[in-house]
Amino acid sequence: MAANMKVKERVAKKQTLCGALMLIEALKAENVKVIFGYPGGAVLPIYDKLYESGVFHVLTRHEQGAIHAAEGYARISGKPGVVIATSGPGATNIVTGLTDAMMDSIPLVVFTGQVASNVIGSDAFQEADVLGITMPITKHSYQVRDVHELPKIIKEAFHIATTGRPGPVLIDIPKDMSVAEAEFDYEQEVQLPGYQPTTRPNHLQIRKLVEAVSQAKRPVILAGAGVLHANAHEQLKQYAEQQHIPVIHTLLGLGGFPADHPLFLGMAGMHGTYTANMALYECDLLINIGARFDDRVTGNLAHFAPKATVAHIDIDPAEIGKNVPTKIPIVGDAKEALIQLIEQNGKRPDVSEWLNKLNEWKREYPLMYKREPGVLKPQRLIEMIHEYTNGEAVVTTDVGQHQMWVAQYYKFKHPHRWVTSGGLGTMGFGLPAAIGAQLAQPEATVISIVGDGGFQMTLQELSVIQELNLPIKIVIVNNQALGMVRQWQEIFYEKRYSHSLIPNQPDFVRLAEAYGIKAMRATTEEEAEYVLKEALVTNAPVLLDFHVHPGENVYPMVAPGKGLHEMVGVKW
Amino acid sequence: MVKRIITMTVNNRPGVLNRITGLFTKRHYNIESITVGHTESEGISRMTFVVNVDDERIAEQITKQLNKQIDVLKVVDITDQAIIVRELALIKVAVTPATRGEIYTLIEPFRAAIVDVARDSLVVQVTGEPEKIDALIDLLKPYGLKEVARTGTTAFPRGSQRASSTNKSLFII
Ligand SMILES: Cc1ncc(C[n+]2csc(CCOP(=O)(O)OP(=O)(O)O)c2C)c(N)n1
Ligand SMILES: [Mg+2]
Repeated sequence: MAANMKVKERVAKKQTLCGALMLIEALKAENVKVIFGYPGGAVLPIYDKLYESGVFHVLTRHEQGAIHAAEGYARISGKPGVVIATSGPGATNIVTGLTDAMMDSIPLVVFTGQVASNVIGSDAFQEADVLGITMPITKHSYQVRDVHELPKIIKEAFHIATTGRPGPVLIDIPKDMSVAEAEFDYEQEVQLPGYQPTTRPNHLQIRKLVEAVSQAKRPVILAGAGVLHANAHEQLKQYAEQQHIPVIHTLLGLGGFPADHPLFLGMAGMHGTYTANMALYECDLLINIGARFDDRVTGNLAHFAPKATVAHIDIDPAEIGKNVPTKIPIVGDAKEALIQLIEQNGKRPDVSEWLNKLNEWKREYPLMYKREPGVLKPQRLIEMIHEYTNGEAVVTTDVGQHQMWVAQYYKFKHPHRWVTSGGLGTMGFGLPAAIGAQLAQPEATVISIVGDGGFQMTLQELSVIQELNLPIKIVIVNNQALGMVRQWQEIFYEKRYSHSLIPNQPDFVRLAEAYGIKAMRATTEEEAEYVLKEALVTNAPVLLDFHVHPGENVYPMVAPGKGLHEMVGVKW
Repeated sequence: MVKRIITMTVNNRPGVLNRITGLFTKRHYNIESITVGHTESEGISRMTFVVNVDDERIAEQITKQLNKQIDVLKVVDITDQAIIVRELALIKVAVTPATRGEIYTLIEPFRAAIVDVARDSLVVQVTGEPEKIDALIDLLKPYGLKEVARTGTTAFPRGSQRASSTNKSLFII
């Protein structure tokens, strides 16, 4: 009877639609709440159907803004971000965002217009070989050659983007395919024999890890964004507490484990804490959960975790053993693996000596900076933001020094409140990402912390923030410099500040006001306190221009080519 | 450097070859040869790669990265299996009335065939393992090679195997 109903429903859902309407119906079927895009010739038929579709479309002011907004939305909502761009320049403008999403495993479904099928390959107006350009920077991609296939393609795209290791999937739609009609059937099952991600970990390998843990004297967990993608933060905490294993995060993993937990050692890597980096150097068992041993995390591989047996839990088998030889490979979903590990309830290792050592390091070598009267230190600024938001805000950043200070000083207590560009390090990411984040969580306090350099790469999106009245608090950490470049030039290039100092930055307050956004400036701690508190009680967007101490550097630091244990700037 | 032979079946879709070769370029893998052709199943092609790698770890990475491609159905590094490896070469060699007979005798043990004859050249067709083809080319060189075309290696496992390692199993999944 029920089955009968289903068949009937299915028949009813089969209707003849043009490609553009199929796209819209598919988005509705996928329960897509918002899409980000920018129109143009090749997508005009799609935009025409969007006109009265009821689909919430955000017109960003640049396609790069659209795709970063979609990334921010995906990161915070846990759902795929959806983007539409036109052919040629529209499509090439999203290349950076696709690469960013690919590197950081962010699920996106991206539609690009293409010139009509009959002129593809003729260097037609606004033609670009988008499939060719984007092949290495997408998880998968399609070009629609027959409108009958469009529903199947869209269905597969959502499936591929969101399962296994998430990532961006692109669908290139020639203009005539948006107009052509065919039967729309979205009920079909996805059948991809070449794509069967392993989610359930091998039991034998789990047992091996349990055994290794029971024997360990100095175990440590390195947790990456895989924990967040798998929604495994609860299990991570439970497991760490059950086995008394201290936890280190990668940049992208922050928030997966509460920063105020006694077992938390901080972030690892180039600007990681002394304790986290030394723990990685000294540990005898390293359990990597959902991190990919990026070079910014490991430092020189020859010196990485030299004393450790390495176990690695990852949904992507290709990440295991890629950079670091791995004794215990566990392919699977982080949550399923952690559940199995917790159920095993293996013999707890004796770690009292190890924890003592780690606590001593924490006391002896905390993160440090000098406060000076009359100057606003960027580290202090982030501490204040943390304090006034009680560590509960959704925070997006751009790329550079300010990003590292946020990672160090904004002590994330909760998962899914941290949006940053990790693998690609994309300047211009922070502001548009905040738009997506705020749309994903309209009630949340969203703070976008950006540099004076990167802000200018996508600042046109202020227009969207004003238009939608998104109450984002934009914090410019204004050091009148491409600070991270300046820092490297100071340390590695004898202070030859080649094209990294920008003493004539525009008046960001007036700039924001031109966009119709309230703005304030602060140059001291006292002013900073005032404007921050003021902004946080304002239910509207506010831009804050903080003139911080310009010569400040990010420490500790592992110089390129060095091992984690060789970090500098750990003690006065 | 070690040579590995990797075979795979793929969906015969537009751009698949591009995807695979792009992946090799992106990750700096060194391809010696590629062959592609239809299989017994419609819509499915088989590719055979010969790659030069520094070590086992890279060989493992290659199969894993290939496996991640959605249109790749199955990847097997068959180097260590009992396999049949074949290549075909066409060799145009210069001849004079004096050397013609000599060449005929020379190619005989290779079970090669003369597939084209002109006044001052012959085209020799030979199939076999790449080493055998190398050897024949070496022998013909002194006569003057005008053109050589090789197909690249194609291969698959023999019907009966000793213990074999297959597919998406490099890792205990
Ligand atoms: C698109 C892009 N171009 C260049 C870089 C290289 N880069 C990394 S950090 C940085 C400086 C960023 O300056 P700013 O935005 O002011 O941040 P700060 O480091 O001063 O906090 C640059 C140029 C990059 N990451 N992304
Ligand atoms: Mg700056």
